[in-house]
Amino acid sequence: MTAQNVMATADVTAGRRAGVIGALVVLVALLALVSLGIGPVRLSPLTVIDALFGGGSDVQQVITREIRLPRTILGCAIGAILGLSGAALQGLLRNPLASPSLFGAPQSATFGAVLVIALGLADVRSYALPVAAIAAAFVSVFVLLAIAGRNAGLLILILAGLAISSLAGAATALVMNLSNNPFVVLEIAFWLLGSLEDRSFRHVVLALPFIVAGAIILFNQRNAFRALSLGEETAQSLGVNVDRLRLLVIAGVALGVGGAVAVSGTIGFIGLVAPHLMRPLIGHDPARLLVPSALTGAALLLAADIAVRIIPSTSDIKVGVLTSIIGVPFFLYLIMRERRALAGGVA
Amino acid sequence: MTAPSFLTTQGLGVTLAGRAVLKDVSLSLASGHLAALVGPNGAGKTTLLRAVAGLVPSNGAVQVGGDALSSLPLRERARRCAYLAQGHIVHWPLPARDIVALGRYPHGATDPARLTPRDSEAVLRAMQVADVVAFGDRRVTELSGGERSRVALARVLAVEAPVILADEPTSSLDPRHQIDVMRSLRMAADKGTLVIVVTHDLGLAARFADSVLVLSDGRLVSQGAPAEALSEQVMADVFRVSAYRAEYQRETVIVPWAEI
Repeated sequence: MTAQNVMATADVTAGRRAGVIGALVVLVALLALVSLGIGPVRLSPLTVIDALFGGGSDVQQVITREIRLPRTILGCAIGAILGLSGAALQGLLRNPLASPSLFGAPQSATFGAVLVIALGLADVRSYALPVAAIAAAFVSVFVLLAIAGRNAGLLILILAGLAISSLAGAATALVMNLSNNPFVVLEIAFWLLGSLEDRSFRHVVLALPFIVAGAIILFNQRNAFRALSLGEETAQSLGVNVDRLRLLVIAGVALGVGGAVAVSGTIGFIGLVAPHLMRPLIGHDPARLLVPSALTGAALLLAADIAVRIIPSTSDIKVGVLTSIIGVPFFLYLIMRERRALAGGVA
Repeated sequence: MTAPSFLTTQGLGVTLAGRAVLKDVSLSLASGHLAALVGPNGAGKTTLLRAVAGLVPSNGAVQVGGDALSSLPLRERARRCAYLAQGHIVHWPLPARDIVALGRYPHGATDPARLTPRDSEAVLRAMQVADVVAFGDRRVTELSGGERSRVALARVLAVEAPVILADEPTSSLDPRHQIDVMRSLRMAADKGTLVIVVTHDLGLAARFADSVLVLSDGRLVSQGAPAEALSEQVMADVFRVSAYRAEYQRETVIVPWAEI
């Protein structure tokens, strides 16, 4: 038996992972094309590609490049950061039920953004919005992890998450309640529903830097997540600075989710679902799950955003509503699967 | 002790939640030495191990390989002291080989799929010593308790650190596996590693260790060769049991016998 033999099977799984990632990239690209082609004026994928690179009629170019491209870019980026945040939180907490939306991060970010609008501090297109959303998301995740402490069980995390998202929801409702300006209330309703409609490049510029920064921070922690599989104590004995890691993950999640919420409102459950879809294909290694989960998140949100444009209805269905309607039953299914761990109160 | 000591502690104390768990422990241990750390439940054995590994804030001085532990960066500490925690927790069903490869993390090999030849050789050596090569591809969750503890041991051996700190590596194992694990640690010590093993099994301690450290209520109350460190007096005072004592194949045999 040589070192090569022992490692040979590792190469097989590495090949499979590359295959899955390749397939996901193709899927995301196809969904992006469909997303660019769908709307009141339907365009074929070929027309879309043509228009993107300066071909086709002026109208086609305006539709794809200026009206639909920002929406597609945001769908991609926001879906990806949500999937990545979910996978990162699950890695940090070694817990398959961890996700930004269950921890109240988007709800808190929403509150931050809403407060800024209601106080008249900023309009919907200023950087004050993502900054407030990020700050609120940071506080919420920080408080949650502080309450949960080290080696927290599933039950504590979920209860604390429930409490924090309820509080953020109540605070948002209070702001709406106290605001006597109907326009402000309308704008707030926009955040509550979560949507990618009518976004311009201004929104992309607003959100993307934060999303990219969050993604880089989270991705750089990947190998520490693997060491954490052995528990915090052992990870630390292997040279992982666990306290620093926690702070970085909180910061990464807050930057990504806060930036996303500032332009799209609350879009839930993608962070919970994406890593679960990947585990059967990629395995449970938390480091290996990050990129596939991000791609799956992007695919999920693009698909949901295409669906809301196809589903016939009297008024627009918001994409945040759709992801929650699909995500919550999935969450219930996960609870059923983790029932034993939950009943025991330990992870 | 004639050999120069590799690990020393001076007046080491640990206070957890306002309670002094460890008080004024001074130790001096040389490379190639296997020390068994014993004591009743709650005596502070795990805390001492964690303090030596730098996993818990302590006062007093710990020196490893001539340097103060507190002056070393985390990675360097991890390269000098390999720590095997109780219980062998693995939160995700990872392949056994990837678990062992995590032993190379302190050496910068943070990705088990991209090991340098040197790292993969260290992983393979550790897997051979712990006899886990046969199930390297299997997920740890599919392994029996005995197999899992050997994987955990292989992970610690893969660090190839000059100090191994093992917290109850033999608990919940059958006699055969207990002897297996202790023999692997003994081999590591014979090759020059300083090994400290926490155990409740005084028989194993007496059989495999060069010296026994007895902790009681946070203090180091007795240390020395097994037969002396675990004298009748110590057995009575610290463990409050009498023991059957004998010699078999030139090794000390101690079997706790009855309450006192």
